[in-house]
Amino acid sequence: MNMSAKPSRLRDARVTLAHGGGGRAMRDLIEEVFTDVFQPPGSEDQARLMDAALQEPGARLAFTTDSFVVTPVEFPGGDIGKLAVCGTVNDLAVGGAKPLWLSAAFIIEEGTEIALLRRIVASMAREAAAAGVRIVTGDTKVVGRGACDTVFITTSGVGVIPAGRDMAAEDIREGDVVLVNGVLGDHGATILAARGDLALSTPLESDCQSLNHLIEAVLAAAPGTRAARDATRGGLASTLNEMAEAAGVTVTLEEEALPLRAEVKGMCEILGLDPLYLANEGTLALFVPADQAQAALEAMQAMDAGRTAAIVGRAGPRGPVPVVLRTAFGGQRIVDMLVGEQLPRIC
Amino acid sequence: MCLGIPGQITAITDAARQMGMAEVSGVRREVSLAPVVTGPLEDLVGEWVLIHVGFAMAVIDEHEAAETLEALRSLGEAQEALDQMAEGDRALAGRG
Amino acid sequence: MRYVEEFRDPKAAKALIAAIGAMADRLGATKAEPVRIMEICGGHTHAIFRYGLDKLVHEGIEFIHGPGCPVCVLPMARVDECVEIAEKPEVIFTTFGDAMRVPGTKKSLLQAKADGADVRTVYSPLDALELARRNPDREVVFFGLGFETTTPSTALSIQQAAREGLTNFSVFCNHITVPPPIKALLDDPYMLLDGFVGPGHVSMVIGIHPLDFVAQDYGKPLVVAGFEPLDLLQSVLMVLTQLAEGRAEIENQYARVVPEHGNAVSLAAIEDVYEKRPSFEWRGLGEIDASGLRIRAAYRPWDAEEKFGIGYAKAGGRAPTPEPEGCACGSVMTGRMKPTQCPQFGRGCTPDTPLGALMVSSEGACAAYWTYGGARLSVEAAE
Repeated sequence: MNMSAKPSRLRDARVTLAHGGGGRAMRDLIEEVFTDVFQPPGSEDQARLMDAALQEPGARLAFTTDSFVVTPVEFPGGDIGKLAVCGTVNDLAVGGAKPLWLSAAFIIEEGTEIALLRRIVASMAREAAAAGVRIVTGDTKVVGRGACDTVFITTSGVGVIPAGRDMAAEDIREGDVVLVNGVLGDHGATILAARGDLALSTPLESDCQSLNHLIEAVLAAAPGTRAARDATRGGLASTLNEMAEAAGVTVTLEEEALPLRAEVKGMCEILGLDPLYLANEGTLALFVPADQAQAALEAMQAMDAGRTAAIVGRAGPRGPVPVVLRTAFGGQRIVDMLVGEQLPRIC
Repeated sequence: MCLGIPGQITAITDAARQMGMAEVSGVRREVSLAPVVTGPLEDLVGEWVLIHVGFAMAVIDEHEAAETLEALRSLGEAQEALDQMAEGDRALAGRG
Repeated sequence: MRYVEEFRDPKAAKALIAAIGAMADRLGATKAEPVRIMEICGGHTHAIFRYGLDKLVHEGIEFIHGPGCPVCVLPMARVDECVEIAEKPEVIFTTFGDAMRVPGTKKSLLQAKADGADVRTVYSPLDALELARRNPDREVVFFGLGFETTTPSTALSIQQAAREGLTNFSVFCNHITVPPPIKALLDDPYMLLDGFVGPGHVSMVIGIHPLDFVAQDYGKPLVVAGFEPLDLLQSVLMVLTQLAEGRAEIENQYARVVPEHGNAVSLAAIEDVYEKRPSFEWRGLGEIDASGLRIRAAYRPWDAEEKFGIGYAKAGGRAPTPEPEGCACGSVMTGRMKPTQCPQFGRGCTPDTPLGALMVSSEGACAAYWTYGGARLSVEAAE
């Protein structure tokens, strides 16, 4: 990270509409808070990029975009900045791409503390360095109080899919094994607690993390890996529904195999929620041919991002519904798509 | 109806309002102890209670819980013995 | 998790399921002529589906899903009244999450929120009290919903508000009681029930004796049950054992939580704050005498109905709403129709677009059938 020794030109503690006005205040904000930290190549409004991987015959470009809104913007285990980098890195990585470059566009609410912005930006720079990507271009807009909630970030990402690599849910076959790289629901439970209106306190942290290195390790150990997807909004249940539907298979999950922290279980019992629907930000579902499943599992368990990885189910012939769960009792129930948002219940 | 979950009282947080901290699997929430106060408030610390919508509604009776479990356990053992007998019968039938 | 995991032990469950099977055979129960057991509580309905218990027990055991889901039995008119209160600009309307998606005749609370009403989901009425303390210039209304289990929490909150002189807090009272609808069901000549799995957490508050009439007057066994799968299975076995032995008694499987005489503090708070309404409208069951509670005159400043002149306190009285056309929630709730027999099930009525209340709450028999696949798995697999 760039530790600028220059005296700050930013006189305000908070962002004002002047910082979005196109004048000197805006330039100072962009330079001091953003570009000094991200250090994009060149000074043009566009990034001009080349990477050796792009020139290999058969390589393909992967391109994705995602917007990030979260309340609160800082939470145990991360913040909106880290989320914005991980989310887009992961969207690229689960498709088999090596993420290279990101853009970052900020919509900032008038009155936002500049110190908060600096923390978010530092967090983005840290996560980008850890994931091995560069933030090469960006934009800022300032909107009036109430027009957005503190800060919204949109990140787009470009990566390269090496020749010969093709990961897609359509490639999933009957008999494939379903794995996850770690415990489920930490992010969703952390955010619910961090919002404060339920007055619950937990030692939980968001699982927010970049998964590109983990996926590379899995692909090295289990080259036949069919498909991966990060189980973000709607949780593992929704992700598996989408994948199974695309593949035309039915996934059977084993309830006892699902890795869950005691605190997430506790929170779900208190609020009547199902951890399968809680959001994750660093947890993926992986479909691997049965004979490579153990290798994929061990490759993940050898890494920090996959310590609690587990085999959780199997793809079988298409049944009446895409995903079912076998309970510890040998009973079965449907794991459906989430309808609307999961709300705490008393009944 | 009526989601209720066992939690342990770890501290008294506001004696005047009869509030205490309850813990469920590492998740903590302040709850009203009013329904289960029968003596000194401090006596509730360490007790397991049934929590519903932020209220401790009952102190869980350890003895009764153990009895129910014991009944279930002996039923389980009886069933296991039956299963083994059935298996033995099958094995014998197979040999014959 | 103590007192939870032990009661989810698959080995013990297997033994219970075998014992239930043996007892069902002894009773001559078959799929065509089943023993019909009603679980009164929505929480039990939820657990049955969550663990797939209905598919694991002997096919001669049929679960009939009772009226014990406070959201499901709430008439649409009451939701409309909620929306009317919530849309007042000075109001912060607080509710349990369960009620957010229940459709009124025009909109749900979730839709009212999107239209600009300040509607907030809370975990406890205590959180609504705290909101009232922090927002002295706003009217904080709590949607008091639920059976005897939940009633003490709002009674104690109203008492607390009275002690603090917190007059910007009020409760929109929709509390209802379990025994009257059970009596109404038992009086129904079409009802074919052999026994009951009784409401554990309601009994934790009121004790087991208010349900004595089920055995004494109607000759049906009732076992007060806990909510873990082993609790439920053991209770079913206890009901079957009573039937086999020709007994009809009120038994308590959930003695670790349910004291014989209930909870004294809770009962006193209910008695202090609430009185019985002459009658209250239930969705699918109509008006039932003395089945609902209202806030006593002494606590009128905390009664949202009085404060805003709404509902039963409306000048000129209130008119019950007709149920939506084609909705058979009433028949399903009385056990006359299975959810899948409703012509709207899965067609006009799904969790995405609920027509009737039983599809809205995850405890509703229809939503449970849909979500956990009791219906879809077996029906579609058979096709």
